[in-house]
Amino acid sequence: MSDVVEKTLTALPSLLSLDSQPGSAKLSSTSKLGNLIRGITELTSKHEEEKLIQCELSSIKEQVSSPNTTMRQMKELMVRTIYCEMLGYEASFSYIHAIKLAQQGSVLEKRVGYLAVSLFLNESHELLLLLVNTVLKDLQSTNLIEVCMALTVVSQMFPKDMIPAILPLVEEKLNHPKEIIRRKAVLALYKFYLIAPNQVQHIHNKFRKALCDKDPGVMTASLHIYLQMIQENPEGYKDLTASFVTILKQVVGGKLPMDFNYHSVPAPWLQIQLLRILSLLGKNDQSTSVIMHEVLDESLRRAEMNHNITYAILYECVKCVYTIHPKSELLEKAAKCIGNFVLSPKINLKYLGLKALTYVVQQDPKLALQHQMTIIECLDHPDLIIKRETLELLFRITNAQNVTVIVEKMLEFLRISKDDHTTIDLVGKVAELAEKYSPDNEWFIETMNTVFSVGGDMMQPDIPNSFLKLLSEGFDSVEEDRKLRLFAVNSYISLLRGEPGKLPQRFLQVISWVLGEYSHLRADLEPALVLRLLAKLLDMKNCSSETKSWVLTAMTKLCEGGSGVSVAQQVSEAYGSSLDTVLRQRAQELQHLSQDSELRARVLPRGAGLEPVEVDSSLSFLDGFVSEALAAGAAPYKPPHQRQEELAGTKALSLEPYGLSLPISMSSCITDRQSPTLLSMSSGLSGDSTDLSHKGGSATLKLDGVKRVWGREGYLSQKEPVEEPAQVEVPSPLRSPSQQGEADSSHSQTPSLTPTPESDQEKQQLASSLFVGLGSQSSVCLMGKSEPTTQRFRRKAKGHSTASSTSEQVSNSVISPPSTVDNLLCNNLLDSNITSELAVSSPQLTSRLSQGLAATNGTCDTDTELPESDRKESKPAVIRDSYVVAADPAPHEDPDRPKDLDLSSHLPAELSELSHSEITHLCTNQNLELSVCHVQKEDSLLLIVFISNSSDSAVQQILVQVDSDELEVSCLGDSPVEEVRSHSVAVCQYSLTVKRPAVHIELVGMVSYQLPVGSPQSAAFSYKLPLTSFIRPLTVSTEEYGTMWLAFSHDTKQNLTLISDGQEPLTATLNVLKKRLQLHVVEIIGMEGIVACRLLQDQPCLMHCRVHAGTLAVWLRSPIPDLPDCLIYHCQRALQGH
Amino acid sequence: MMRFLLLFSRQGKLRLQKWFTPIPEREKKKIIREMTTMVLARQPRSCNFLHWKDLKIIYKRYASLYFCLAIENHENELLALEVIHRYVELLDKYFGNVCELDIIFNFEKAYFILDEFLLGGEIQETSKQIVNRCIESSDMLQETMEEYMSKPAF
Repeated sequence: MSDVVEKTLTALPSLLSLDSQPGSAKLSSTSKLGNLIRGITELTSKHEEEKLIQCELSSIKEQVSSPNTTMRQMKELMVRTIYCEMLGYEASFSYIHAIKLAQQGSVLEKRVGYLAVSLFLNESHELLLLLVNTVLKDLQSTNLIEVCMALTVVSQMFPKDMIPAILPLVEEKLNHPKEIIRRKAVLALYKFYLIAPNQVQHIHNKFRKALCDKDPGVMTASLHIYLQMIQENPEGYKDLTASFVTILKQVVGGKLPMDFNYHSVPAPWLQIQLLRILSLLGKNDQSTSVIMHEVLDESLRRAEMNHNITYAILYECVKCVYTIHPKSELLEKAAKCIGNFVLSPKINLKYLGLKALTYVVQQDPKLALQHQMTIIECLDHPDLIIKRETLELLFRITNAQNVTVIVEKMLEFLRISKDDHTTIDLVGKVAELAEKYSPDNEWFIETMNTVFSVGGDMMQPDIPNSFLKLLSEGFDSVEEDRKLRLFAVNSYISLLRGEPGKLPQRFLQVISWVLGEYSHLRADLEPALVLRLLAKLLDMKNCSSETKSWVLTAMTKLCEGGSGVSVAQQVSEAYGSSLDTVLRQRAQELQHLSQDSELRARVLPRGAGLEPVEVDSSLSFLDGFVSEALAAGAAPYKPPHQRQEELAGTKALSLEPYGLSLPISMSSCITDRQSPTLLSMSSGLSGDSTDLSHKGGSATLKLDGVKRVWGREGYLSQKEPVEEPAQVEVPSPLRSPSQQGEADSSHSQTPSLTPTPESDQEKQQLASSLFVGLGSQSSVCLMGKSEPTTQRFRRKAKGHSTASSTSEQVSNSVISPPSTVDNLLCNNLLDSNITSELAVSSPQLTSRLSQGLAATNGTCDTDTELPESDRKESKPAVIRDSYVVAADPAPHEDPDRPKDLDLSSHLPAELSELSHSEITHLCTNQNLELSVCHVQKEDSLLLIVFISNSSDSAVQQILVQVDSDELEVSCLGDSPVEEVRSHSVAVCQYSLTVKRPAVHIELVGMVSYQLPVGSPQSAAFSYKLPLTSFIRPLTVSTEEYGTMWLAFSHDTKQNLTLISDGQEPLTATLNVLKKRLQLHVVEIIGMEGIVACRLLQDQPCLMHCRVHAGTLAVWLRSPIPDLPDCLIYHCQRALQGH
Repeated sequence: MMRFLLLFSRQGKLRLQKWFTPIPEREKKKIIREMTTMVLARQPRSCNFLHWKDLKIIYKRYASLYFCLAIENHENELLALEVIHRYVELLDKYFGNVCELDIIFNFEKAYFILDEFLLGGEIQETSKQIVNRCIESSDMLQETMEEYMSKPAF
């Protein structure tokens, strides 16, 4: 279509001399701007341009500040300034004048003023505050154009803090008779929703009205908001599905005014927006998906015209079809569509086809098989972008059989790619594949070598870390481990003998660690030789000091034998006086340990990486030392906060952090309190300082807490391996020989599909090596969820993968039926009598609305809210903290949707209103099945056990025992269940109370029962739930908080990461904690915040947060031992997961 | 969501810039430089899409002018291409057979049209007629200001 604008501009100067251009626009060749532009085009050098512009700017500067300049002249000046800024010259002096112009000019001048403002400033610029008044005034103007301009500038940028000032006015505009105003108002609200979602919470129902607006433009605008909201919480809007479907049907059917057509396709932007919304709504939800099948089918059918825009719609359609609950008929059509894309000669369509394939192959790898020859062609495409996209696709279909070919292709690409972002991304993928599917040691180490040398120092730091972890943790067979390590050592020695100067720092670090740990595996290798090679690294110029300290550590591990010690001595002498303290430290260590081999063996035992470090947190080994010291007259140890109290007391300094808000109450509460240390306070005036080290001792070293952080981290890192083995490993389905055969046959057939000339054979060879293994895979799992893991390097403990994969299968449970009210509304959506319709149905509608709204936006404000991790509507992965440990091996696979639905209907009536956690399967024993969930009530936590009997006879004498070290379990209900009739479900309820806090609380149980025939049966189970389920907000005032704070003796401190997503970081972080952990934010004062919560029943825990040096210094106190420690763990997790 | 739109000439001279998210000035200059070099270096008959950091760059050349639009990763590339095309159509309708010079000398008009078409990084109005009506009604003020001022608001 470029012919529309095609215009030869061969002779720029000759055109410039023309006075006017054809068309409505006037070429202002006589204006000052015209002169400026012409002046610039005549220049030859950048230097001259600079001079000219500086001269221009200084003349502008003079004029704008002159009081005699009229607004009209100002407008002209502003246009010229915009031009100068566009050329890259700063003109910040004019910003204030732009605001002035927007404020004082007449409509036309105002327009330029607003434009200049929107181009010069951004929403965080301080001058923008000066615009608020102007915007307010214009929003109230009777002049439509002024209102439009104000709304336009508001939707582009507005200071977040000032939103409340204009919000009522913008809201009012939603009822404006003119549709353009309504549309812009909706978009302004959308912008507000993006930058400050809680500010617009209360107007969600107005969004619904905008959705039902008679003007399609306004309705389209409202979809932006809905897309955003549905993305955040698809469950809250299921009831709107039918409405969206109806709208789409009407659009596709061409019911909109011709105006909205784009190249005779009806409202493509609207269609695509709706398709996106539908795919979000239909994801993992069969009943919702069913509603949209018909319209999707129609969309696929209608979009036949050969134009980019129809392809854009088709692409979105295909994505939608593959996202929602599958329907084979639609999948077939969508697959055909993808075929059209991939086979298209147009390169843009090919690109999109590859992208669609990438999206789809996870579910349907067969599709890749169909297009294998095209994929091969794309792999050799001259356009790197196409190549890159193809690699992305290949990454998704990698398996143990084709991994070598695919990784080779990726590395090939890496060597030619110059883009850092691509390199980082691709290197990560190669590392992932290598770890997952590596065929043998040699290949693995060599691939990783390439990854490290190509990825250099840009790659994600977790790649080398996880590589080293893999090496040190090893796999199932000891012999294999040894071989792998030995191979790595060999390969690194030869690398170091080559040109180590070219290797990136990260790689050198990996090398030195591996050599330090494992070079002893090679018997013929002299440690002195390795030491010398390592020492050579130290002399390299580009070796960073971080690398040097890795090298020195490695040398420390190796220095033995006569010549080894002498090398070590040389090195330690050279670095013993280094300016870098870390290096000096390492050099000292090296020196001492190389001389004392006995000590070295104790400090750095060989193969220690395998043993988890045991930390004696009670420091009992110091008992003797302590009693000696006490006997010698030393003062007993006091925790830091007690010392501070004492200090504050004696010095009578007023250092209380809450002085701002509670100077009086604080001091009054102190006078009559019992000091936890039983020390008498000399003065009641001063309060406790929560953070004395920060406040008072800025000049001193902040040693307070440093040691504790270390201890804490050791504690936490130790935590992980303890929990992880408890998870159930999904047994990896190994491919049977018959399937293998199937795979082979499938690719031996494929070459006959596409008979192409020339380098044919080569390509087909490539194809068979690339697509091997796909055929069989597809028959195993059409939905592609359970990846067959013929994984070589299976980690001993693998994160939460099992937990998340099961939770993915479990999905939403409550689906509200499509509302007839909305149907009605939507059928009339485009009619003008919508308002009356709305009025008639409003009671019903509003009740529905309030339900929906409660689900969406309650999260931020209500204190009785459940944490996200336990709401049944939340996204699949959130129950990651409460996974099941079953004694029985197989049951993990089957908790499928209908069962979940079934069981939730058995919840006791009084609980069915409350949110419950996912119902998890505990164990199956013959025909008896146990499932469990927990329900959070405001002041208790209930455990619900479902006993379902699927046999034909009744099960009798059922006895369920639940017990836990950390909990007090009491059975609720009149009498425990004793009998379950055939094909029915019985429910037991237990109330849980925490006796002793722990990060995760584990329940173990046993069920015993008697079938009519046969001997008594029993089965064991266990269930884990996070401490957070027992946490409730504690509403206290700041004064009460102050009193409580001083009374509690157990505490812990830690620095947490701050979250800064646009908002003020402290508030944002506290909001996340509040949402995830149900804490109550008592008050935020400047950089400090105080938060309170309680552990059921009534065991308080207080938290003091302070923003310090980019982190959140948190101090927790509670009367319960261990509670602060456990809670800080969950805080960490909550913030990490964010 | 769209992140930014840049118009530049074959010589790499910037003709129009619109940033939909706040970006520091220095960063903007860097991006402009990167975009021009990246796009101008593209071979003919390559696809119109590029990867850049975590964004997709969609570009198209109309006569001597390059239109370059950055979108988020999950957005639809073809649709973005049509966004560019619709903008060109709008310019064309307004200027009547638009050329680079129209945009150079009347860049503020080009901005006004853009502001009616895209708002805050999203499509605001896709109907060609409505966008043009908006611009023209504001433009008309230039001629009939007096008359307009005496009238009550519409």
